[in-house]
Amino acid sequence: MSEMGPMWLTVQLAGVTTAVLLVLGTPLAWWLARTRATIKPVVETVTALPLVLPPTVLGFYLLILLSPDSAIGSLWISITGDTLTFSFAGLVVASVLYSLPFMVQPLQSAFENVGAGPLEAAASLGANPWDAFFSVTLPLCARGFLTATVLTFAHTIGEFGVVLMVGGNIPGETKVVSIAIYEHVETLRYAQAHSLSAMLMAFAFAVLFAVYFLNRRFPMRVY
Amino acid sequence: MLDIDIGVTLDEFQLGVKEKLDAPGITALFGPSGSGKSTLLRVLAGFQSATGTVSFNGSVWQDTDSGTFVAPHHRPVGYMFQDARLFPHLSVRGNLDFAARRAARGGSNEAQSAFSMDHVMAAFDLAELVGRRPGTLSGGERQRVALARTLLRRPQLLLLDEPLAALDQERKSEIMPYLDALPGEFDIPTIYVSHSADEVAQLADQMWVLANGRVHAAGATAEIMQRLDIQSVMGRFEAGAVIRARVLDHDQGYHLTGLDFGGQRLTMPMVDRLAAGDQVRLRIRARDVALATTRPEGISIRNVLAGNITEIVEQSGSPFAEARVEVGGQHLRARLTRAAADEMQLATGKPVFALIKSIAFDA
Repeated sequence: MSEMGPMWLTVQLAGVTTAVLLVLGTPLAWWLARTRATIKPVVETVTALPLVLPPTVLGFYLLILLSPDSAIGSLWISITGDTLTFSFAGLVVASVLYSLPFMVQPLQSAFENVGAGPLEAAASLGANPWDAFFSVTLPLCARGFLTATVLTFAHTIGEFGVVLMVGGNIPGETKVVSIAIYEHVETLRYAQAHSLSAMLMAFAFAVLFAVYFLNRRFPMRVY
Repeated sequence: MLDIDIGVTLDEFQLGVKEKLDAPGITALFGPSGSGKSTLLRVLAGFQSATGTVSFNGSVWQDTDSGTFVAPHHRPVGYMFQDARLFPHLSVRGNLDFAARRAARGGSNEAQSAFSMDHVMAAFDLAELVGRRPGTLSGGERQRVALARTLLRRPQLLLLDEPLAALDQERKSEIMPYLDALPGEFDIPTIYVSHSADEVAQLADQMWVLANGRVHAAGATAEIMQRLDIQSVMGRFEAGAVIRARVLDHDQGYHLTGLDFGGQRLTMPMVDRLAAGDQVRLRIRARDVALATTRPEGISIRNVLAGNITEIVEQSGSPFAEARVEVGGQHLRARLTRAAADEMQLATGKPVFALIKSIAFDA
């Protein structure tokens, strides 16, 4: 069952990336939705860059930025004893940047949709900002969070170029499904490529279908 | 009690208010739309940044010089929004609990039975609504729930931002009794924003007239409303007087309510919820009052009051004049043409009969 290795690694990578992005992307999206700062367009542009850049460009810069010779890379080595490039940790960093817009943009528009009104209402009823966020914003933006989570997860699963540049092809460490499929095709093992591709296809279909189905069956009641 | 000295600049608009609020009960913040009423209310709640100071019962809510700013959720303010802003993801019960739980947690848990869930629910007749979702409520029901939710926060100052503006006439009269009962039931100083003189007349003891970002007049509602000099602020058709009258009886057959006004009898369309002996405030528009020098006969107008002219203001360059007529110690305003005033030789001190075409009482 050597094929299950890449599959499992892919799910792990997508899961960790999504979790990290939920923590990092939410405050960023929140800030973008509420700020009137002049640098907002700059931050928005940087956030959207991964949408248009070829993954190889992003991967190339990351490879340089995370290499053991760089400040970040050497700091990481001094802390963990492991390199950031060609490691699972490095893949997570790369995936977080690569999938950033898929988390931030749906959240930002969800926050903008809800607007300041319910938050002012919550504050006027004595709720502090954290309280208001968890008791009002979060439930009102549930659909936005679902969309952002699924998109981020699915997008990370389908990632290839950045992983190839930053992570290479180390079994159990950086060899995700898309890389495994590529390797099978390169070595003309079409049968294995078929089965992995079919698994990924079925998985992607199942996840997206579940989301759309749930959205239909249980439309979130907002107004 | 509430001490305001603030300034706000928003693009082209400037708001500058220096006022004190000491009165219990309802104080109306009255003015045309765009006059800065809501902005002032938002400053008091802490939603709108401003320069200057706001303090309440000795605690400073904001002071630009010392850099003090108390966050909205730390101010003991109940804010009711024009659009209710109920939380759509919670039931009515959930919305009420939201406020009640945080009020209890916030330490304002003195045994104030007026603010108990039971009392508030009873005061606003919410028993049948608790299970509903905000999306399924009518406009009037929504405002009732919002008002109840605001009170469950146990505020020490109530800010009501045009709570009736989004409602049609029928819904308004559905909410009016609840607003009217507020001071009696809860005894919280209240600022009530409105651009409707009728609402103000009926609900507020005190009023501030706001126009173009300044307070033009402040004082007792009845006094302000009969002043002729704030005409330009109030608008021609809003001009009128507020009078106090006592309910005498109901005529079930003709559907009329009889009132005692300075010893003379007034009738108006019947208002069921009033009982004999109740004091009511009524607004009578200047354009609804005509004057006669002799008591007219054979006329359909039922309300004819004897009084004396105390002031006549001619609006030069316009065909109109306004007269103030004293009736049993209170004043009415009448609007007539300058030609009529001259022909009838109306002057200060002259006895006249005031003919009242209609009485505004939202119920």
